[in-house]
Amino acid sequence: MSTPALSGPAPAALRLHPLRDSATMLRRSLRRMLRYPSMTVTLVAMPVVFLLLFVYVFGGTLGAGLGGAVPGGAAGGRAAYANYVAPAIILMTVTAAVQGTAITIAMDLTEGIIARFRTMHIARVSVLTGHVLGSLIQAMLSVVVVTAVAVLVGFRPAAGPGGWLAAAGFLAAVTFALVWLAVALGQVSGSVETASNLPMPLVLLPFLGSGFVPTDSMPAGLRWFAEYQPFTPIIETLRGLLMDEPVGNDVWLALAWCAAIALGGYLWSRWLFNREPAR
Amino acid sequence: MSSTRTRPAIAATGLRKSFGDQVVLDGVDLSVPAGTVFALLGANGAGKTTTVRILSTLLGADAGDVRVAGHDLAREPDAVRAAIGVTGQFSAVDNLLTGEENLLLMADLHHLPRAEGRRLAARLLGQFDLTDAARKPASTYSGGMRRRLDLAMTLVGDPRVIFLDEPTTGLDPRSRRNMWQLVRDLVAGGVTIFLTTQYLEEADELADRIAVLDRGRVIAEGTAEELKRRIPGGHVRLRFADEQGLDAARRVLGQVTRDGDALALRVPSDGSLRSLRTLLGRLDDQAVQVDELSVHTPDLDDVFLALTGGPTDEKVTIR
Repeated sequence: MSTPALSGPAPAALRLHPLRDSATMLRRSLRRMLRYPSMTVTLVAMPVVFLLLFVYVFGGTLGAGLGGAVPGGAAGGRAAYANYVAPAIILMTVTAAVQGTAITIAMDLTEGIIARFRTMHIARVSVLTGHVLGSLIQAMLSVVVVTAVAVLVGFRPAAGPGGWLAAAGFLAAVTFALVWLAVALGQVSGSVETASNLPMPLVLLPFLGSGFVPTDSMPAGLRWFAEYQPFTPIIETLRGLLMDEPVGNDVWLALAWCAAIALGGYLWSRWLFNREPAR
Repeated sequence: MSSTRTRPAIAATGLRKSFGDQVVLDGVDLSVPAGTVFALLGANGAGKTTTVRILSTLLGADAGDVRVAGHDLAREPDAVRAAIGVTGQFSAVDNLLTGEENLLLMADLHHLPRAEGRRLAARLLGQFDLTDAARKPASTYSGGMRRRLDLAMTLVGDPRVIFLDEPTTGLDPRSRRNMWQLVRDLVAGGVTIFLTTQYLEEADELADRIAVLDRGRVIAEGTAEELKRRIPGGHVRLRFADEQGLDAARRVLGQVTRDGDALALRVPSDGSLRSLRTLLGRLDDQAVQVDELSVHTPDLDDVFLALTGGPTDEKVTIR
């Protein structure tokens, strides 16, 4: 058979295979990341630079100001601040990674291959789930690298194996939620330039919470915002898990935020992907 | 399936599409018998790509009934997608993947077993003359190679109906001929092909039937021969040394068109030896001096001149 024959699929073959197609698309995403490594390197470099900046440049002064509000903070100094800021930097790794997701999605949508996927008999959502799973893996690997660097510069987590496992699972949940949001942002942006700017608030939010300084030190209005925005319970939970301290209600609040963001991001993404192109 | 042999592979009636208040398709009817090549001929902006995007489930139509491969486009888009292959105007390959990886990606999405996918990819790479470039990223491919890879990817699913949107636009003449041969091979295998083109020559070479699309309407349809007969666009171009010669020829020949600002006239002609002899005889009788003579067969310009009335600036010069 040198040319395709006139043989169509039987109606039974019209069943969709979302899992299998998602696995195929995941392989495509991972392969694309390997072919375009500068993106991954940039995404890991950003939190590392912030880590070094906050520990070595600001750490001495900020550490002295932690005071008794934070466990271990009374000891003050650079060492205490390294422990305080590391969870925020780890979370920043995740937000940087999902910024990469938005850019990748926007880049991918400008390529003709997405139009090809749309004309093929495949589970449509797999185009998106491939990106989501790929970004999840990329983000978790970035987190491992950044955490290792944090330990090198003085981060001393107190967590046992169970705490580490819980922290990893919790970070995966946070990443999963933010990646779905980024997939929507990448689609809605329409250009690669916009896609790199739209998720910027995600990168800034840890600063406007308990990520870098305790919220008590903030003016009233900002403190109110900082205490109720999603990143504060997320950071507090992560800090608690890594430092082996009780996480209280924060973990449930954080997980509820994650569930809401994931569901909203997924529904928004799916709607954006299935909507008809304007032209 | 035998049912698609008797029924047309593509049947559209009253297809309409607007973007905002801009009407792109204004009641298009198309019928393409299975196993044939159908060419949609038109200028840029005529609505060719919109037609392909609707027929290939990328866009919804505002109105109209469409059946592709026996399935209703609006009600069973999945069944349509399972039967078609699309190679668009803008290449639909993954630039970061190699040619081979692109084909294996398609094989995986069609759920072919691994070994079968590898065999098929190797066979298509050979058939499309891409074996040497198989391990290179598609971003390094030339325009012609990219188009071939694009078509090869389309073939992975054994589609029964293939849409080719301007398959040779931007290709050099050799790549264009290669693409034509690939299309002929496909048709020999029983596939139905719906192609769009701006080149009458291309439609002439490949298509069993041609429809001319202009401003969202099909203004002519038929075989290449039928269409050419309807288009009296062939002409003889006469170039003169000076205005006197040109004016003399004008007086002799009557129904001619000045060819722009050049010292040249276009005389309608079917290009046959007999009509040329008559023309030369008339010019000779009046001793009109002609510098140069060339015969032009109908091209898309002529199709549009004849069928749409053509650009107005040309019209005013016709006597």
